Amino acid sequence: MAQMKFLCDAERCIECNGCVTACKNANETEWGIQRRRVVTLDDGQPSEVSISVACMHCDDAPCMAVCPTDCFYKTDDGIVLHDKDICIGCGYCLYACPFGAPQFPKQNAFGERGKMDKCTFCAGGPAETKEEEYEKYGANRIAEGKLPLCAEMCSTKALLAGDAQTISDIFRQRVVYRGHKDGGWSSVDKAQASAPDVSANLDNMAYDATRAEK
Amino acid sequence: MHTLMQCLQRLRVLGVILMLAVLTAGLVSTAQAADPDQELNQAVGTINADTWREVKNGENFIDTRHDSTYSLINTSGETWRQIRNDWISPGGLIALGSMLAILVIFYLIVGRNDLDAERTGRKLLRWTALERAMHWTVATLFIVLALTGLNLLYGKFLFRHAFGDAFWANLVSLTKLTHNYVGPVFGILLLLMLAKWLTVNLPKKHDWQWFKQGGGMVGKKHPDAGFANGGEKAWYWILASVGLLVIVSGFVLDFPLFGQTRDNMQWANMFHAVTSLILMAVALGHIYIGTLGTEGALEGMTTGYVDETWAKQHHNLWYEEVKDSAGQPEQQNPPVDDDTATANRPN
Ligand code: HEM
Ligand code: SF4
Ligand code: SF4
Repeated sequence: MAQMKFLCDAERCIECNGCVTACKNANETEWGIQRRRVVTLDDGQPSEVSISVACMHCDDAPCMAVCPTDCFYKTDDGIVLHDKDICIGCGYCLYACPFGAPQFPKQNAFGERGKMDKCTFCAGGPAETKEEEYEKYGANRIAEGKLPLCAEMCSTKALLAGDAQTISDIFRQRVVYRGHKDGGWSSVDKAQASAPDVSANLDNMAYDATRAEK
Repeated sequence: MHTLMQCLQRLRVLGVILMLAVLTAGLVSTAQAADPDQELNQAVGTINADTWREVKNGENFIDTRHDSTYSLINTSGETWRQIRNDWISPGGLIALGSMLAILVIFYLIVGRNDLDAERTGRKLLRWTALERAMHWTVATLFIVLALTGLNLLYGKFLFRHAFGDAFWANLVSLTKLTHNYVGPVFGILLLLMLAKWLTVNLPKKHDWQWFKQGGGMVGKKHPDAGFANGGEKAWYWILASVGLLVIVSGFVLDFPLFGQTRDNMQWANMFHAVTSLILMAVALGHIYIGTLGTEGALEGMTTGYVDETWAKQHHNLWYEEVKDSAGQPEQQNPPVDDDTATANRPN
């Protein structure tokens, strides 16, 4: 069975927000709801790095564990979905989620938040009809044999979506090309590595996409 | 004229192209110089302990979501989940379950605390109509909040499987709505009730003796008690402390309007759950003592009047003060609610 995952290659992410826009467009989420976000650390500094995040469809999902209504379920593909008919908008899933994925259309007195919304891996959700499904949860591209639109439209292919095995193979290959032992979120130790080494590694990272397989 | 303008335009374009060429040449030459330190500083790369700290605490950080203050990874969420699901949730069941068990065993072994003497039929006003209304409103709301709160914590293990999704969806949304709107009303009324009964619940020396004698179970003589005995005062002060925490934490959860962070809400939830479970467990004891546990106590809070014998036995100091106002046995109706209860309350 496939285990669907997202993986964002921070070396490649150029903070273009294409994924954010693609998601918004594919799912036509409510005003104020933005299922995917791009986080940039150290903006404008040499160490700047960006990564695109949404729901990561955790294996042992904290949101599922704390939900008082037990409205979450996992599909056979490992996608974490929830039933908006049962959700009471208590916010617990947001408190528990590592990635700030659950969002609410409002935040009012007496804990009035509306129904929780989050990334569905473009797999829709429980509903009677297709129209209702789209209205409540957005696109169901998985049912059409397509991957989430955010990853499909990523211009640098930083954001990968698909079976965990497949996308980690792709990422592993890139890391190998980069020639750095942990080239993903690598810890280049300026003090210890010799300057040419470091330089060569960074060089490799920058060109991994165009280098031919050795 | 026209051609001159065109000429100038072309020159300008040429100038721009030239400038770009010079700039590119400059860039290329620095790159060719291959100064590793400089390259290192320009490329993505240095992921160190600071970076991971930023991932967690959201410093040096921008996020494209419009009003997001969320860090990249919220590390406290999983801790909260474990504390709530693995400790508080089973802990609450154990606390409530053991309290019930203790009460049942106590009732079976010790039984009801009966009146030592015959009732005289003379009635003393103990609780005014206002006080009774207050008590029963707060009590009802408390039970409503306790049941809805318990449903939020444990309901999913029971009702969804037993009655299906549609029933559960309605029940749990009603539960949340009720809990979140009744909560603040309860909070205000509880504070008013605490204010009203503050003076009679101030601790006195004889209360210590009351506890040492286990409220009259140890030793022959009944320990001294004013209008409120040691046990009632303990319940009062538990409400005034733990109850206050329930209200404050409930308020934090109920009004997410003051920029509360996820961490604030996790703390509020843990405080709220623990304190409210403590309150529920103690309330079970209070309900037992007020009903099954003590002969003649419940009628005080329902009718407002207690029998002279009951007053003498349980609140001797108070009885001494108010005995003269007791209604005569031959009276058909109890004496009128003339504020004697509030006027004579040594504690
Ligand atoms: C001032 C009064 C109170 C307020 C404002 C309040 C508010 C809240 C709120 C907002 C929640 C989160 C529920 C949600 O939004 O879905 C909650 C949960 C809860 N409340 Fe209260 N509450 C109050 C009093 C009480 C009392 C008196 C009890 C028990 C006797 C109680 C027991 C609980 C329990 C057990 C939970 C569930 C905790 C969990 O699921 O982890 N609450 N309360
Ligand atoms: S909402 Fe958060 S906790 Fe739940 S599966 Fe997605 S990333 Fe994991
Ligand atoms: S907001 Fe909805 S989905 Fe999230 S924990 Fe509460 S009931 Fe569950």
